[in-house]
Amino acid sequence: MAVANEPARTSTKRPIAIWAAIKEFLTYGANSDPDAPRHWFYRHRLFIRITHWSNAIVLCVMLMSGLQIFNAHSALYWGQGADFDHPILSLTAMQNDDGTLKGITQIGPWHFDTTGFLGASRVDGQWNVRGFPSWATIPGPQWLAMGRLWHFFFAWLFVTNGAIFAAFAFASGHFRRDLEPKASDFTRLPAEIVHHAKLQFPKGEAAKSYNGIQRLTYFTVIFILGPLVVLTGLTMSPTMDAAFPFLPWIFMGRQSARTIHFICAFSFLAFFIVHIVMVVLSGSWNNIRSMITGNYEIEGAPGGQHE
Amino acid sequence: MSSAATRRGFLVRVVAGVSTLALAGCNSVSQQPWIDPLLRSAEALTKRVQRLFGGSHALAQEFTKADIAPTFRANGTLDPGTAAYRNHVANGFKDWRITVTGLVEHPLSISLDQLRAMPSRTQITRHDCVEGWSCIGEWKGTQLQLILALAKPKEGARYVVARCADPMTDTDGDGVNDSDFYYESLDMVEATHPQTILAYELNGQPLPVANGAPVRIRAERQLGYKQPKYVMAIEVVDDYSKIAGGKGGYWEDQGYNWWGGI
Repeated sequence: MAVANEPARTSTKRPIAIWAAIKEFLTYGANSDPDAPRHWFYRHRLFIRITHWSNAIVLCVMLMSGLQIFNAHSALYWGQGADFDHPILSLTAMQNDDGTLKGITQIGPWHFDTTGFLGASRVDGQWNVRGFPSWATIPGPQWLAMGRLWHFFFAWLFVTNGAIFAAFAFASGHFRRDLEPKASDFTRLPAEIVHHAKLQFPKGEAAKSYNGIQRLTYFTVIFILGPLVVLTGLTMSPTMDAAFPFLPWIFMGRQSARTIHFICAFSFLAFFIVHIVMVVLSGSWNNIRSMITGNYEIEGAPGGQHE
Repeated sequence: MSSAATRRGFLVRVVAGVSTLALAGCNSVSQQPWIDPLLRSAEALTKRVQRLFGGSHALAQEFTKADIAPTFRANGTLDPGTAAYRNHVANGFKDWRITVTGLVEHPLSISLDQLRAMPSRTQITRHDCVEGWSCIGEWKGTQLQLILALAKPKEGARYVVARCADPMTDTDGDGVNDSDFYYESLDMVEATHPQTILAYELNGQPLPVANGAPVRIRAERQLGYKQPKYVMAIEVVDDYSKIAGGKGGYWEDQGYNWWGGI
């Protein structure tokens, strides 16, 4: 009987506990002393918060379904056609003498044994010849048709979300104020890199606006990497190439466009990882909360708005 | 336990829970019956927008002889392998005929000699495979629009279905495919596009068996699976839902998009 009662007991109390924890998380200051005065600053407007989180989901699906599509031919080339004997990068597999698989990653003249991760990995316990492992692809097993369905559905969301963000960013002054690189960003860059490397992050008034590294990074990712990944994606479509012959021209061919598309995807991934590391290092609670509620707590800032 | 530690524990549990759900979800969500139609709903939009920009007559880029790949990669069926096809190979496709039937005023049966006697188009184009690779080759053949003009499609004709000689399934398990013959469909815009040809030559030579001998369709603004090999029959229809799996092509029946422009 006691065992049978167990789920009923937790099911009534757990949601309350979770809600209390969420509420606490959203309202509690970065300063862990609950009696200390808090200086709140409204950092992220609603449109930024919405497009940020939609983009986080869409980008994950795009990356993982993209790896599924890549796995259908796990090699990259330069130019219009594929020089099958000389890929720039390839993820292949060889059979060992004992019949087991050996995954090989080739980059230019170099070959690496990447068994279990790239080239050959296990899917539901079975060894498979596949570029990227099943935990990194949507869907998990090799299924090109479904990977394409995910990719081309979410591509529309990616572009729409990006366009909405850009429209709001330009209209609201977010672009001019926070994203457009300034000449001083470049001159101060070496000093800022040193500060970042020492994990010294802006405090007080300086924390209210993006620093040079942030401006340059966000500008590059949103306004260079974003359009580039879309245009190289379109260049892989034969109908788009017929409609816009300049596409394969600027990227020097469909296979080059595929390679650049791949590099863009991994640049997004690199940004994503650094972004999360920086969020954690510079105060994860405060940062994540500010992207959910908009409010950011300024540490020891007399000039901060007090709510 | 301090309140900061409680919060940290809570967040760790949330992250762990969400990632477990996401991983489990990724593996099962593609199997859900509602996901396929939802994702597929983007296909019509993609097609409409691509047609808007590509129109009916934008030409695929054509290359020079210097761009031709040393060997044109063959993919899919490399040899239909049936007894009937072997006989055709043995006598040089002398008796191969391409029938044109369905919603046409003048059904046709065309021999290879008749096809070669018609005006031809030669084009050096890039073949784009759905797998991701590309290959450049020179194709010579008869524009499908000329064949259709002879056959005169009737009112209501919407698609051109190509029926092929290569079976895709081995039902008796003898190692040779014997059923599910390859087929594909193009709509009238793509079928009557100037670069859509019934190709009988690759790089100045009769089409090799691996590349679809004696005749394959080239539809240069589409992916490779929309360009069937070993073409035996052309059928003009208003609807392909009654043919085979009903999705308009062999690979479409396996879940690939009907719109092969992307």
